[in-house]
This record gives sequence, structure tokens and C-alpha cells, in this order.
Amino acid sequence: MLELTGVEIRYGNIRAVRDVSLTVGQGELITLIGSNGAGKTTTLRSISGLLRASAGRIMFEGEDITRAPTDRIVAMGISHCPEGRRIFGSLTVGENLRLGAVTRADRRAVAKDLGEVLEIFPVLEQRLGQAGGTLSGGEQQMLAIGRALMSRPRLLLLDEPSLGLAPLMVERIFATIAELKRQGLTILLVEQNVHHALDVADRAYVMETGRMSLEGPAHVLRRDPRVEQAYLGGGEVRA
Amino acid sequence: MAARRAAGPAMAVGLSALAFALLDASGQAFWQGLVINLLIFIILTVSLNLTSGFTGVFSLGQIGFMALGAYASAILTLPLREKAAFLPDLPSWLAGVHLDWSVGPLPVGFLVATLIAGGLVSVIAWPVGRVLMRLSGHFVAVATLGFLVIVRVILFNADGFTRGSRTFSNVTQYTNLWWAGLWALVVVYVVWRIKRSTYGREMLAQREDRVAAQAIGIRVMEPRLLAFVVGAFFAGVAGSLYAHFITSFSPTVFYFDLTFRVITMLVVGGMGSVSGSIVGAVAIVALGEALRRVEDATLLYGLSSIVLAAMFLVVITVRRGGLLGEREIPLDRLFLRRDRTADQSP
Repeated sequence: MLELTGVEIRYGNIRAVRDVSLTVGQGELITLIGSNGAGKTTTLRSISGLLRASAGRIMFEGEDITRAPTDRIVAMGISHCPEGRRIFGSLTVGENLRLGAVTRADRRAVAKDLGEVLEIFPVLEQRLGQAGGTLSGGEQQMLAIGRALMSRPRLLLLDEPSLGLAPLMVERIFATIAELKRQGLTILLVEQNVHHALDVADRAYVMETGRMSLEGPAHVLRRDPRVEQAYLGGGEVRA
Repeated sequence: MAARRAAGPAMAVGLSALAFALLDASGQAFWQGLVINLLIFIILTVSLNLTSGFTGVFSLGQIGFMALGAYASAILTLPLREKAAFLPDLPSWLAGVHLDWSVGPLPVGFLVATLIAGGLVSVIAWPVGRVLMRLSGHFVAVATLGFLVIVRVILFNADGFTRGSRTFSNVTQYTNLWWAGLWALVVVYVVWRIKRSTYGREMLAQREDRVAAQAIGIRVMEPRLLAFVVGAFFAGVAGSLYAHFITSFSPTVFYFDLTFRVITMLVVGGMGSVSGSIVGAVAIVALGEALRRVEDATLLYGLSSIVLAAMFLVVITVRRGGLLGEREIPLDRLFLRRDRTADQSP
């Protein structure tokens, strides 16, 4: 469904990401893990067109989207839920959600999808008329995911959805991600919470200083000593 | 429900109309002039709010659009004899134009000239916006300031059209309370509707977080350009009203002083709030008038400019969002709220 080949991204003279290749198949939940500054967010942004790859190729469902503008990429079915939630704090929850569907023309279908998103996140329904900025961190994350779903994506890019959330809320967000996968959505998840990410994912890629260092099925990588050493706390197997 | 929602704004419009009628009948030329001036400032501030307040693209060029609108419409309505005397170098296709038709007491020619002026300004704003709206933050401010300077230089040098630095005079005084009031109503209504539309939400969203807006597929350029072009149209209208109100003017009028005044109104009222712009314009015009009297009494000339500038500084340091932030005065809920409290009573 999505295929990156040899992607390189530069910030000015600095090569932030080099020779990154990854594939995401229909219905898969793929996680991209790695430490801070490894280039995970940068890679995700290049897929949604927020950053331009300086080399390599990004294909989505057989179409080259390497140089496509973001609004076209969104319209094609890729939705990016950015790191740090980035909801529009001064707009209401309802306005935030409706803006998620800005690339779509069919109002009736949008209204139906709004109902579905509110079914996934019932807490948002009570807060529809409230300014987005007044929501708690967890609610804001739900709103950010809900907003991303409003464009009716076939591929959802999730960047650090558990960042800065209370443990209970992290559980709920991951439960939601698992549910979205069950409903058939293809997801590319960038996470620092490696433990949880490997729990829900089918396959995983590990990035280190701008390159792919490992890849494989999530349950295999969980037991890989290099991953345990680096990300799961010194080889201890946590429950 | 819809009727009730309309009741509040309708009442505000009705009361304003009544006040205008009384003022019109009173024959108090000074107060009439002050109110017309205020209405023009409201149009300018609301249009700048659309261009800058909604989008976060800080434009210092709005008064340049106003100047173009003023000259364009004044040339169109200038009587032929005056045209021949003052603007002998006007190209022939313009020299014979005199929009003075009227239907009954209604000067339709003036309306047409104003619409042409607004349209012309929009046509100029489009390519300017295409280039400048790519920029952000300080760069836009400097670039639009450049636009203001360019307009001024052109007005000074295109003396075949503008008489250059000499005063452009003998413009018919068409602008009255009703014209200014009606245009102010149109501008406020249109901008308020834009704020409530998808385009408006896109403007506010990309202002708040450009990356997040792009990530969900908002084309940043489109809402910005729309705001810039529509804002320019209304600035052109304000220019036309102004020209037909003071009847004589020169390029020096349309410069930093006026720019700063309108920006102060916008910032004091609140960037992003339409009703805030009205409040800001009223506050600054009233304050300016009061201070002018203090100046006359104490001979401390320049006081009003200092106070205005100080006020601007206080607002941007202490209360960034201005008086209203981007909220609106909930006129539409005026009659809904009363009902709700009635329901709760036993």
C-alpha cells in the first residue's frame, strides 16, 4: 500500500534521514520506533508531504506521491495525526473535527463519519461546542486522532500518540489504535513507548541516527536483545 | 430558533438606523461627520481583520488598497468640466467617463464607481497576494509595507491620473450617513459570515498551527489569498467612501499615520473578532476626539498620537488578544438567553 525506497531528507545541509526504505501492506499496523532524533517524525512528515524528500521515492497504492502537495495526499487517503496533538485550541471540538474533512465534498458522508468518530470517542460528543484548548491532554489526543479520521483515510500516520499522557490514558489510546486496526484501517505508528507499540503492531522498523537499523515482525523484535537493550530497559522482560 | 438568533443583530441594526435617522434630521454636521468617519474606520478595521486577524498574515498594506480605491472611484465620478481642468492628461477612454447617474434620489453612479474601485483593487491584490502570502511573520509585514510605499510613489508620480502631490479636489460629496452605514453593515455581515464558514475556519486553523493545518489537507495559500483579496475589496470601498466624504485629498493622507491608526483599532479590539473591530474603532475614534479637545485646551499638540501609541504598546504587552480576543459579542443569543432563564424559573 505504501512503499518508501531510499528516501533521504535534508534540513539545509544536514541529512536528517538517509536511505530509508519501508513498506506498509493493506490492513497492517506497522510501528516505527527509535530514540529521540532518530528521524522517525521526519520520515512520517515526508510521507504526508509536509517535508520533501531530497532523494528516493514514496509510492502510495501504485502512485508516486514523492512530490505531491499535502492536500492531494490527504485527499488520496493518507491522514497524518501530528506529534504533540496540535489541535486548534481556539476552535471548538466540532470545528476541529469538521476541519479534518476539509478535503472532502460530500457533506452527508462527512456528517455520518462525524457520528462514527464520536462513537469511537464518546467523550468528545459532550465537548463538541467547547474550545479545543480547554480539553485535557488525553482528550486532545483523542480529538487529534478523531480529526485525522475525519478525512476518511485508508492509511493513518500516527506520530507519538502516547506522548505526555497519564498511564491510564496511554492504555486507552492504544486500545483505540488496536480497535481501529481491527476495523481494517492501515496504520503507521511512530512511538517512543516501544513496549506498547510492539504489543499492538504486526511488524516494526527500528531507526537509529537517520537510518533503518532493524526490521521484522513485532513479536520477534520484542525478544531481540538489541531492542531490549536499547528500548525496553536493559534486557529485563517486562510483563 | 433562526428567527430568534436574527433578533439580536436585527435589533442592533434597527437601533443604529434609528440613531442615524435622528442624527440625519438633527443637522449636526460635526457629529454626522464624526460618525461617517467612524463608519469608514469600522470598514477598514473589519477588512484588515479579515486580511490579518483571521489569517495571522500581518499586512501593513491595507491603506495602500484604500488609496487606490479612493483615487479610482474619485476619477470615475469627477464631473467632466473638472476632469478637463484638473486632469487634462487623462487617457481619452477615462476622460469622458462621469458616473453621475441617479435613480430618484439614489446616486447609482457613485455605487457603481465604488464597486468598480473595489473590484479594481481586488484585481491588483490578487497577484500581490499570490506572491506575498507565501511569506510568514515579519517578512509579510515588511513586504506589505513595501507595497504601501510603492502605491504612494505611484500616486505621486502618475500625475496624469492623480495630480501627483497636488490635492485632488472637487469630488462630489456623495458619502452620507446612509451610504457609510450601509457599507459598514455589508462589510461586517460578509466578514462575519466568512468567519463562520469553512474558509473562515481554515483561516483560523492555519493561523493557529500551520503544520497541523497542512497535515489535515488545508491549502494554506487559498484561505490566505481569499482573505487578502476580499479584504482589499473592502479597503477599496472604504477609500471610495472616504474620497466622496472629504472631497479633496492627496497621497500623503494614505500613509503610516492612517495605517497605524487602523492597526491600533484592530489590535485593541482583538485580532479575529469582528465585533472587536467595531469596538476598537469606536474606542479609538472616541478617544481621539476627546484627546483632540484636550490638545486644543492645553495646547499640548501631539498628545493624542502619543496616547494612541502608548495604548497600542500596553495592549500588545499586557493583553495580547485585545479587548475581545477572537470572541464575538453574542448578539445572536440576546433573546435566546432570556428564554433559557425564563424556563428555569419555577
